[in-house]
Amino acid sequence: MKPFYKPQDIDGLDYRRDLNDPGLFPYTRGIHETMYRGRLWTTRLFSGFGSPEETNKRYKFLLEHGQTGLSVAFDFPTLMGYDADQERAEGEVGKCGVNVSTLADMETLFSGIPLDKVTTSMTINGPAAVLLAMYLVVAEKQGVAWTKVGGTVQNDVLKEFIAQNSYAFPPDPSMRVVVDMIEFCTREVPQFNPVSISGYHIREAGSTAAQELSFTLADGFAYVEACMARGLKVDDFAPRLSFFFDAHNDFFEEIAKFRAARRIWAQTMKEKYAVKNERSLKMRFHTQTAGCSLTAQQPYNNVVRTAIQALAAVLGGTQSLHTNAWDETLALPTELAAMTALRTQQIIAHESAVTQTIDPLAGSYFIEALTNRLEKEARDYFKKIEAMGGMVNAVKAGFPQREIADASYHYQKQIEQKETIIVGLNEFKSAKETPIEILKIPDDIREGQAKRIAAVKKRRNAKRVEETLGLLKSAAREGQNIMPPLLDCARAYATMGEMMETLKGVFGEYHDPGIF
Amino acid sequence: MTPASFKKVRVLIGKPGLDGHDRGVKVIARALRDAGFEVIYTGLHQTPEMIANAAVQEDVDAIGVSILSGAHNHLFQRIMDLLKRKKSEDIVVFGGGIIPEEDVPGLKKIGVAKVFLPGTDTKEIVEWLNKEIKK
Repeated sequence: MKPFYKPQDIDGLDYRRDLNDPGLFPYTRGIHETMYRGRLWTTRLFSGFGSPEETNKRYKFLLEHGQTGLSVAFDFPTLMGYDADQERAEGEVGKCGVNVSTLADMETLFSGIPLDKVTTSMTINGPAAVLLAMYLVVAEKQGVAWTKVGGTVQNDVLKEFIAQNSYAFPPDPSMRVVVDMIEFCTREVPQFNPVSISGYHIREAGSTAAQELSFTLADGFAYVEACMARGLKVDDFAPRLSFFFDAHNDFFEEIAKFRAARRIWAQTMKEKYAVKNERSLKMRFHTQTAGCSLTAQQPYNNVVRTAIQALAAVLGGTQSLHTNAWDETLALPTELAAMTALRTQQIIAHESAVTQTIDPLAGSYFIEALTNRLEKEARDYFKKIEAMGGMVNAVKAGFPQREIADASYHYQKQIEQKETIIVGLNEFKSAKETPIEILKIPDDIREGQAKRIAAVKKRRNAKRVEETLGLLKSAAREGQNIMPPLLDCARAYATMGEMMETLKGVFGEYHDPGIF
Repeated sequence: MTPASFKKVRVLIGKPGLDGHDRGVKVIARALRDAGFEVIYTGLHQTPEMIANAAVQEDVDAIGVSILSGAHNHLFQRIMDLLKRKKSEDIVVFGGGIIPEEDVPGLKKIGVAKVFLPGTDTKEIVEWLNKEIKK
């Protein structure tokens, strides 16, 4: 890093070729001509806890206070594809998010929320196909046509193996399920994003900004290639691929990362995959401020960190944004903490006036040099990954996992040696910490959910459940798209666990190799 | 100290439950290894049974457990019960993660030797474990 940057640092930068106006290739400055002057980003707070009833209440609260999209946080049993009443779910039901074991839970979760009026993002990966099926059946029951249903399932399994670890099946069948879902949504649910290619978890697992950028884009290219190998036309599905990034502490590096991401995606889609549709070139992304940057010490400082990170996301041209609450290093947010996080976005949107000028940092010697540097680092990684035979193979070999573990350890050492200062943690400490109020999730959620499952099992048609699970199994085995049989399973009120066990029976199960 | 006269302290580092957050646990495992401990890392998604069995089988001196899912009360209790049943109460059990301070006394009461809260320096964990093992 230099003390200041000069014209020589961006020698050879060509405005039309490398930046261009907002809305024009390669979209470095933003994917829309008018950006936030035309429409603000979507304020989308990730939330969910306890039972579906409680979370449904929180959603209505957030919508009443001006939130414009929903984002569902599921608990660990749901994320891993277990029912609340299974042994492995013990102690975990409703703790880290909302529990959904059957269609009945999904109906409760969205009760009174018309699915053609909101878009919903669901952070779900291993069992993403099951949750998508349930969501679509809820829409069906509300009388909402699938063509009017908008939203996102995260469904980025590659980054599960790399970082987030909520996988179910081994890499190859996992990729096949992702392609099934992209194929299905392209045909039946055209407003839905069937995958949100995520750098967030890669970063939160301890990667650098350059690694986040590189591995996320490499994952994206892997999905494009897998879909093309199935015979899908790239311009049919690529416009629905969406992305998800982290906004960490290094303000300018983060802004440059978002700009580099758009440029690399557009250039690669055009040159390597020969797309024709302009929408296939435009990288749309959601951003979340960095959870891992928050401290348990002096927690109110987290509001300030989050505000700076959110501003970086906005200056980087994000399409939607989650801001973390001050108490999230300790628990899920209280209503007050969540509300302050929402207000942080609204203050940036309506008071700071940064929305008035698109990509205001363009042309800065520093920002353009940083953007170029990040692009170069990403392209270096792409070469390494390509040499390994692509991202699926790199993941199987543990390559990104090791790179991230190294970076994460290095960062921790920097903090411990005070090369990196974290206010309140390794410098400017308080002798006495004032305890804050935190949200407690009761331990009896599992009992309630288990009762609901039992009631569902009692009233459903057992024969129909068996039939639909049988059809799911044969579709999985014979290489047919699993979405249509999954929808029938959901309609018959088969449970999450039943559907996932059926699929694991065919695909097998993935276990953590424990690389550190 | 020559390698022959120095028996390395064996530590099992485990992730019980369905929690997938492993940034911290990997850093701890590496820091302990760098500090001279023999570290066995279980990987993710272990049941308390798997952790207790591995600890006994590997004859470890200590078990370090990382939980960020909010399921700490339940999971620690299970691990402590299983160790008792296996007559392995001498194994030092410690942990860390997203654990509210108010839950710490309860965990100590069931025999958890120490709970490290977010932001702990790895040197502090190394020093504590060295002292605790010598006790």
